[in-house]
Amino acid sequence: MSQALLTLEGVHTHIGQYHILQGVDLVVPRGELTVLLGRNGAGKTTTLRTIMGLWPPSKGTITFDGQPIGGQATPDIARLGIGYVPESMGVFADLTVAENMRLAARLGPPDATRLDWIFGLFPALKRFWQLPAGLLSGGQKQMLSIARAIVEPKSLILIDEPTKGIAPAIIEGMITAFKELKRDKTTILLVEQNFRFAASLGDSVAVMDDGRIVHRGTMQALASDSALQSRLLGLSLAAHQ
Amino acid sequence: MATTTARPAPDELPKAPRDLLPVFIPPILALAALPLVGSPTTWVTLTVAALAMGMMIFVIASGLTLIFGLMDVLNFGHGAFIAVGAYIAMTVLGPLSGWVQSDALTLNLAALFLAVIAAMVGTGVLGLAFERIIVQPVYGQHLKQILITMGGLIVAEQLIHVVWGGDQKPMPLPNGLRGAITVGDFALEKFRLLAVAVGLTVFIIMQLVLNRTKVGLLIRAGVENREMVEALGYRIRQLFVGVFIAGSALAGLGGTMWALYRETLTAAIGGDIMVLVFIVIIIGGLGSVGGCFLGAILVALMANYTGYLAPKIAVASNILLMVAILMWRPQGLYPVARR
Repeated sequence: MSQALLTLEGVHTHIGQYHILQGVDLVVPRGELTVLLGRNGAGKTTTLRTIMGLWPPSKGTITFDGQPIGGQATPDIARLGIGYVPESMGVFADLTVAENMRLAARLGPPDATRLDWIFGLFPALKRFWQLPAGLLSGGQKQMLSIARAIVEPKSLILIDEPTKGIAPAIIEGMITAFKELKRDKTTILLVEQNFRFAASLGDSVAVMDDGRIVHRGTMQALASDSALQSRLLGLSLAAHQ
Repeated sequence: MATTTARPAPDELPKAPRDLLPVFIPPILALAALPLVGSPTTWVTLTVAALAMGMMIFVIASGLTLIFGLMDVLNFGHGAFIAVGAYIAMTVLGPLSGWVQSDALTLNLAALFLAVIAAMVGTGVLGLAFERIIVQPVYGQHLKQILITMGGLIVAEQLIHVVWGGDQKPMPLPNGLRGAITVGDFALEKFRLLAVAVGLTVFIIMQLVLNRTKVGLLIRAGVENREMVEALGYRIRQLFVGVFIAGSALAGLGGTMWALYRETLTAAIGGDIMVLVFIVIIIGGLGSVGGCFLGAILVALMANYTGYLAPKIAVASNILLMVAILMWRPQGLYPVARR
């Protein structure tokens, strides 16, 4: 396994009176795509939000590139080179696609070559460049949300359920895009419910239940073991094909 | 790698639909009032007065709508900045009475300019202190915001009594801004024209800043989704403070204009106009500057026409206007996409 880029050790997160993360231990290897699986309410989204500092951890250590980031402010965490694609996509509906991208390029105007690469991955963004993002379809908004996260090179991208409610044709486009990012050695932590999608991309996998990691290993091992899938997730890859 | 921004050819792009319907409401309202008012000269006088009043309300309300939109803060203390701004301007205009009473328009405008700058700087600094001391501890707690900012308004009014006295103060217009310009049969008061010009200038500057600058983009994005702006690496807290200061300074400008319009000044001047200001930002859509601009014109037109035609329902008329608009568009004329 590659060297860890992100490590969570014994991370607890409380939201109000609710104790959501109950000691999460997770390692995201550098240059790999790690999939975080688990049923609804297992704590996957909370894990991503805790990493981003949107919900600060109440206990435990989060280390990014050797530096502790637990409890830091969200902008400071983002500035370390962590991109975030939330489950809600978080596109600015009143801003045009171009303005969304301009904001995401924090260090200066979007680089033309990189934009061309993004347009190659998501051609609809070029077509709707001057259109308010609120008018895009759900799939196009998801493309914009991912494009925003990669408009500048990032060390780590956190992506929360990108295929949720998205048409199969667009999911195929996303698979291509994520494969491109993997080729580029971008480290990705992907929360996903679509096991087929996750299995086609993941290098390593962690399964959550009740606010804890209950399984860690390679995606290949999980994808080829339907008994393990059944035990951990209550499903098998075959059922999703 | 090249560093220039890629721009797809414009002819490839579909056009964004424009929602212009709300823009037609003020002219429709004005034209509907014409037969009721009867006399065209009276109608023009009322309409110009309404536009001037609307622009002053807009200047005051524009900052408040951004403060609410971006920071989700219900600032009932905004009236304090209106009053303090007006009192600072009065204090500056006092020693400049020679310029104020001069027949030279340039001296009049210079005195006014200095008074406005002092008012804006003073209320901007007050806004910074207000945000740090009063608002910061209650971010995200609406009930406490209402209580503590109302308390702040009361304290500010009492401090005004202590510093400037509790009696009503005169706030005379500079000589060159008295009287009217006659165009045919119509008399257009000079100060009202100046108020319209100031309001339009503020609106244009705000539109340019919001639409053409990165800070403006951040404000618009922050109004929609603060959390995502932070996740992109921007420290929105600094933006909050900047917007609060700018909003307070605009209230100071508006307060100065409003006091000159009334030519008198009391500590309650801010509280008196805040009802209309809140109606304007609700009608316009919380956080929307364009909606605030249209809302201010609508509220002022309604107040002036009903004040002339049926004075007894003048106050209620704007409540009815707000109800009608919210029944048509529950989020206001130009709702901000997601809050």
